[in-house]
Amino acid sequence: MSINQSGWRPEMNVGTGNAAPTFTGNKALMLEEALIFEIGSTETTGVDFADSGDLGDSHKLGGLFRDTPIGLPGLAEPEAVRHYTRLSRQNYAIDLGLFPLGSCTMKHNPRLNEKMARLPGFADVHPLQPVDTVQGALAVINELAVWLIELTGMHGVAMSPKAGAHGELCGILCIKAALEARGEGHRKVVLVPESAHGTNPATAAFAGFKVEDIPATAEGRVDTAALKARLGPDVAAVMITNPNTCGLFERDLKEISDAVHAAGGYVYCDGANFNAIVGRVRPGDLGVDAMHINLHKTFSTPHGGGGPGSGPVVLSEALSPFGPLPFTARQADGHIALIEEETAGDDHPHTFGRMVAFHGQMGMFTRALTYILSHGADGLRQVAEDAVLNANYVLRSLEGSLDAPFAGAGPCMHEAIFSDANLAEGFSTLDVAKGLIDEGFHPMTVYFPLVVHGAMLVEPTETESKAALDQFIGALRSVAERAKAGDVSLKSAPHFAPRSRLDETLAARKPVLVWKEPAPVAAAAE
Amino acid sequence: MRYLPLTQTDREAMLGVIGAATIDDLFVDVPEAARLDGPIAGLPAHASELSVERHMTALARRNTVAGEVPFFLGAGAYRHHVPASVDHLIQRGEFLTAYTPYQPEIAQGTLQMLFEFQTQVARLLGTDVANASMYDGSTACWEAIGMARRITRKGKAILSGGLHPHYVSVAKTMAKYTGDALETAAPTLTAETDIDALIAAIDGDTSCVVVQYPDILGRIADLTPLADACHANKALLIAVVTEPVALGAIRSPGEMDADIVVGEGQSLGVGLQFGGPYVGLFGCKDKYVRQMPGRLCGETVDADGRRGFVLTLSTREQHIRREKATSNICTNSGLCALAFSIHMTLLGEAGLRQLAAINHVGAAAAAARLAQVPGVELVNDSFFNEFTLKLPVEARPVVRTLADRGILAGVSLGRLYPGEDALANGLIVAVTETTSAEDVETLAAALQEILA
Repeated sequence: MSINQSGWRPEMNVGTGNAAPTFTGNKALMLEEALIFEIGSTETTGVDFADSGDLGDSHKLGGLFRDTPIGLPGLAEPEAVRHYTRLSRQNYAIDLGLFPLGSCTMKHNPRLNEKMARLPGFADVHPLQPVDTVQGALAVINELAVWLIELTGMHGVAMSPKAGAHGELCGILCIKAALEARGEGHRKVVLVPESAHGTNPATAAFAGFKVEDIPATAEGRVDTAALKARLGPDVAAVMITNPNTCGLFERDLKEISDAVHAAGGYVYCDGANFNAIVGRVRPGDLGVDAMHINLHKTFSTPHGGGGPGSGPVVLSEALSPFGPLPFTARQADGHIALIEEETAGDDHPHTFGRMVAFHGQMGMFTRALTYILSHGADGLRQVAEDAVLNANYVLRSLEGSLDAPFAGAGPCMHEAIFSDANLAEGFSTLDVAKGLIDEGFHPMTVYFPLVVHGAMLVEPTETESKAALDQFIGALRSVAERAKAGDVSLKSAPHFAPRSRLDETLAARKPVLVWKEPAPVAAAAE
Repeated sequence: MRYLPLTQTDREAMLGVIGAATIDDLFVDVPEAARLDGPIAGLPAHASELSVERHMTALARRNTVAGEVPFFLGAGAYRHHVPASVDHLIQRGEFLTAYTPYQPEIAQGTLQMLFEFQTQVARLLGTDVANASMYDGSTACWEAIGMARRITRKGKAILSGGLHPHYVSVAKTMAKYTGDALETAAPTLTAETDIDALIAAIDGDTSCVVVQYPDILGRIADLTPLADACHANKALLIAVVTEPVALGAIRSPGEMDADIVVGEGQSLGVGLQFGGPYVGLFGCKDKYVRQMPGRLCGETVDADGRRGFVLTLSTREQHIRREKATSNICTNSGLCALAFSIHMTLLGEAGLRQLAAINHVGAAAAAARLAQVPGVELVNDSFFNEFTLKLPVEARPVVRTLADRGILAGVSLGRLYPGEDALANGLIVAVTETTSAEDVETLAAALQEILA
């Protein structure tokens, strides 16, 4: 076989080349790392205390002293630092390169945010301190709340939800409470488009609603006619993602909202993709009743390998009275009050209650507010414009190489979607994704949304330079051409990652979820 | 704008490739009536790093910092010393700026850490397995109640009066919508917990009993008889631990046969942060693992036979099961789980036991000293690092007065249980390794003065 376009020689064992295997399994800077249970010991500690901590005999532990071994290994500080540093190097991250996970908005995480969140006045404050001693913390919450309300054109905001899915639940519970207050608790159906995030139907079902799908049109948007036809006295709400998960703006959202309202329902908007429109469109102007905002997406708080998130929910005038406790309220004298169970009774009788202990993700609020103040109203508008520009640049640069099912219908918003339609027989989206790993990129979101076969959803975000985009486009084009040409080396990609493809079936069939001491050799032979 | 790399030249060149005349052409799908034609009026424009820093620092200065005053608050969030290396390591960009490990070949760092975290948590809680974290203790507690409903197919949960009132509130909120019946009670200011009353309340309809250990007043009770009573009625015992350091000194709920153990992991590695983000711990018996909420990391091998880790059993989860998922949780608390795990690794078993002992010894000394203040009674016979005092007057105004004198004295039960007159004189006091003997003396002296 000849050398292909990418310079890759498929027949060559690229993993080791001509080199002999190493004794350690390490490959220079690519270091293998054992588990703490294999390298640590229960006698080792990396922490010194001023005090010996002798419990003596007179302790007051209710006779429940833990006298059995716990099995927690310790490492001295140098070992611990090395262990976690080595582990960190097995991760891809936005700090290393473009991270085009569609619908996840992996943008740069400014370090000023981190610095501000660590100010002792924010980091070292207890949630139950007397309100007079936490006025600065409450001011952060209040100031961020004002920004979120203004940016979305909504009436109120619930700050306490812990992540996007928790925010969805908050919005849906507001809707349920509002319906019950109207004596229409019998509305049991929530309509969810096929292209929605899995959290939408899971949330609605969790709150006791029956979920019904709404089909998409051939051009990737909600089928407005089908949706309108389904509206009726049993429909509580519609959950719509805008821009949607195909990366398209739902042009009919205002018309849909009006129809839903006329039929007595509410409109929930999944705000996961708010980054595309911040400063350009306000959801409140489109008739939305509730929308969560992922601070870890649009407002740059770090994803941290799977959280923490933060999911404030902006609410329309109709839903605001039902929002959860606690919340802040600025008084005429500038003092910020905390409205909790005891104070809600008089002024906020319709609240659906508390969703979480304490006040929400304060550490994320400080980061998000720092980000928002850095950008200002003008900068945030530029964020949306550059995010959309970058996505369209990717779409138009690659539509000749990969099938782009909705490209003919006009521009995309913040993300470009491709399908597996023109890959060679036997080649899949997964192969393209794994090929991108070898090119030094995190793959795009794959196989989501479900309405596109073998979907590849690319969201570059606004924090990528043109040079970075050009390199990514070149890499994805190269991998796509290999997949179209039937380059079999792609089937075993990635070749250069810390691990080759992992056996997920084995993991699920025989789950090993915690480390167990290996059986002694003699016992293992039995 | 320092976070936006595109130059005007880039933008024009890219519009050219796209075939659009202006950026507005890319927003054509937005209905005209809803288009904003410029930055939203009335909001400030972009700002330099220096000026943002000044603004935020000024806000931060308006808070009383826990570490700068005698400080005794607990009740679900605890101030511990976090080793410097923890914060350094979690700020490595490869951890901080990674996503949920959907592509395991380039996320082994996060995945191996989660596998280690799950093992540490399971061992600490005494459960067979643990998941990769929840949002916090209160939501983990709610999820456990829902899980018990799915397992037992019964819908009556009995919540101990010793369960943190915010956790009770969260459970009540959710129960309104899921149809679970919750039996709840306020705690009583006595040395005895409500274990006997809970045992008496269990019947054939009970899905679970939820008990906090140590409880909101700091009391510690043997959970074994309660577990037996639950199991005799085919109900599950859910134990809630809000102070994981305690499990370095006292038996784990799992050892006492609790079926599900949930907790707030904030004490290790995370810091107070005015209530969040924190990290929910969630462990259970092996046989219930497929009803667990949240992400699970599991061991497997790669195509070359090398050990590796993946997210697994995802058929429980929302992105696969959609409306049939065990929970709607997606993003959880990965970075806080990392902080917890690093702190736990630095401590090790020996360090955890020493830390726990220091906490208990300090708390015992503080309890004895504060009980000497005329009119003040110690409610607890048993406690770990937190106990409840009964003052001769309502505690809430006392806490406010002490705050004015620069002492953060604890959490008044009046704050946690508004309207419960029988609890109004209660004050929960927490003492950790960060509390000095001088702090205790300062509090005792001030309390004596105020109560005189």
